[in-house]
Amino acid sequence: MEKNLSRNTVFLSGDEALAQGAYEEGLRFAASYPGTPASEILEYLSCRNEVDTQWSVNEKAAFEVSLGASIAGWRSLYASKHVGLNVAMDPLMTSAYTGVNAGFVVVTADDPGIHSSQNEQDNRLIAKFAKIPLIEPSSPAEAREFVKVALSLSEEFDTPVLLRLTTRIAHTKENMVIGKRKEIPPRVFKINTEKYVMVPRNAYQRHIVLEEKLARLQAYSESSLLNRMELKNKKIGFITGGVSYLYAKEMYPDASFLKLGFGFPFPARKAKAFASRVKEVVVLEELDPFFEEQVKLAGIRCKAKKSSYRIGELRPEYIPDIVKGKGKKKETGRARKPVMCPGCPHRAVFTVLKKLKAVVAGDIGCYTLGALPPMNSLHTCVCMGGGITVMDGMGRALGKNIAGVIGDSTFVHSGITGLINMVYNKAKGVVIILDNGTTAMTGSQPHPATGRTIKKEETRQLRLEELCRACGVDAVDVIDPRDLKVLEAGVRKRLEGNALSVIIARAPCKLIDRTRAAVPSCRAEKCKKCYLCLGIDCPAIIKQENGLVKIDPLICSGCNLCVQVCPFGAISSKAV
Amino acid sequence: MKKQNTVNILFCGRGGQGVLAAAEICGWAAVLSGFHVKKSEVHGMSQRGGSVESHLRFGKEVFSPLIPKGEADIIVSFDGEEFARLKGFLKKDGIGLADGVNRGEKELKDQRRYLNVFVLGALSRHLLIDEHRWLEAIEIVFAGKSPQKNKDVFLKGREHGAGTKEMRYDLE
Repeated sequence: MEKNLSRNTVFLSGDEALAQGAYEEGLRFAASYPGTPASEILEYLSCRNEVDTQWSVNEKAAFEVSLGASIAGWRSLYASKHVGLNVAMDPLMTSAYTGVNAGFVVVTADDPGIHSSQNEQDNRLIAKFAKIPLIEPSSPAEAREFVKVALSLSEEFDTPVLLRLTTRIAHTKENMVIGKRKEIPPRVFKINTEKYVMVPRNAYQRHIVLEEKLARLQAYSESSLLNRMELKNKKIGFITGGVSYLYAKEMYPDASFLKLGFGFPFPARKAKAFASRVKEVVVLEELDPFFEEQVKLAGIRCKAKKSSYRIGELRPEYIPDIVKGKGKKKETGRARKPVMCPGCPHRAVFTVLKKLKAVVAGDIGCYTLGALPPMNSLHTCVCMGGGITVMDGMGRALGKNIAGVIGDSTFVHSGITGLINMVYNKAKGVVIILDNGTTAMTGSQPHPATGRTIKKEETRQLRLEELCRACGVDAVDVIDPRDLKVLEAGVRKRLEGNALSVIIARAPCKLIDRTRAAVPSCRAEKCKKCYLCLGIDCPAIIKQENGLVKIDPLICSGCNLCVQVCPFGAISSKAV
Repeated sequence: MKKQNTVNILFCGRGGQGVLAAAEICGWAAVLSGFHVKKSEVHGMSQRGGSVESHLRFGKEVFSPLIPKGEADIIVSFDGEEFARLKGFLKKDGIGLADGVNRGEKELKDQRRYLNVFVLGALSRHLLIDEHRWLEAIEIVFAGKSPQKNKDVFLKGREHGAGTKEMRYDLE
């Protein structure tokens, strides 16, 4: 083994490697909204002075700002998780018509297996729908290389380029040697209303341009080095891309491969040429039959995975079964469920909502964990902002005792318009903004109401209570949820009031505020074994074999919520 | 000596136990030794007490970021339930390294938060990676966060693991 490492050897995740590659290729602007598994792309870029970066309020804003930077001449990058791109679909679809000026890469990080998302949609289909090229690396090292190709391809063909990662690539680390940044001067911006003003007459002409572009991209795809034939043993030939390529390579190292790094427009002629040189073609891909349909459309006889494999991630050990034409075996053994951290201020809010038997519309964030047993006090979770608007609709049908919960970052992302909609349309319901001062679930990123930017600079802080009042809500309360009695009285009052109200439950996230107070003690003689304390689902409270509970002093933060829920005084705070 | 292309180590436990940091150090130690390394894990829930697993593979050239079932040379487990869930990944003659945690807890007492590097010390005895590579890796991963204390605990764990046979492998 070679022992002399280059000083430029790094050990980077797919997200970081992609960011590094874009940086090397003269990137000047990047925007995103945090979302697993894409968040680390912007975090990495924010440490580079040459790149102007921002957490935008949501993905639509991030996309538009990035597109604007590209039109004006800066190499630019947008990144989000798969469902984040849904929020940016409006500008995405029309940006295919306008095209770009300087290179513009749209990164989507999909989540096969739904590790941390609300669905597992396959965003390769978006490339076809939007009529933009699709580039897919298989590994972190390739992510670094392919993003460079994507930036120059974007300029060459005057189009946004969709670059797709999946969780397994975004969060795999690999060692690689990195290079220096190329300084690429900004492109000149010229006013061009026919190209950039999409009124019907111009848009019609641009659609003609777009279709011509697709034909040229088709030819590029056929000759692109990103679509690589590896001819070895001719018995079996895989047509595959992304991480699936590596799974097949692991299990069949001597097979032949058509590795697709440029998946749309699909290189049909190359696929046919490949098929003619192997005995059996196997199409291998995660999620939807995207390549499979294209291969079949090209008239190639092939084997593909059974539909049971469209659900969830692939794994290397599945490949032989897929080749044999078998369906997916049932998975055994379930992963441990996550819980809110000890001392998490959300826990108190769900304790109260459960007690008051409210119907609760939920949203996306750590607090979605309030749906899990034994809490069971969050009853819908669909999309960002739904905690307000879905509640609005439910409230119309159900009439009373309805609440919606939404995080502070999520509220700024897409809750504000929903709140104005409620005021305008005379809705009733209690909106609870769980304001822990950060975007917690994705790794504690700042947002407008924190008063800090991605580069940790101070900025004008958005005041949520002033904003809610300005939207037209008269009843706006700010409550510290760590005082259970005050919180319960406040929520009860607003639920009974049966009007539109906002409660801002404000206390810092325990991953940021690491202060700890004294650990409460349990007194066996007072414990009636009612287990109300276990109902708050705190990982620091442990039921022992003798039926009594104890508190793990290593992880307890001393929040005293358990002290407040115990009706018999069996758990007592040392401070009192 | 059995020839194999990669060394496969699966780290598992619960969020907050330092599983990911242990895998990161081991990954760097392999990088510094000149191997091609892939380490795969899923973030998001790791700080919220959920299951945590990290697949680490190194060799001349690594393809899949995931260890195929039945191919792990070693499972380093910080939690009995997680080990039970994932033991299907272990090779027939693979090593289940679960006792390092118990020994470490006895040894470290109130310094339980260094348990992960103690266990790593025990693991290091099974791998043909020089001691100074491990220490260098700890410096990189804990840069600015008391690397010396971590190195001391690592060496303590390594002492405890003394006498264990090195895994017999010959990377092609």
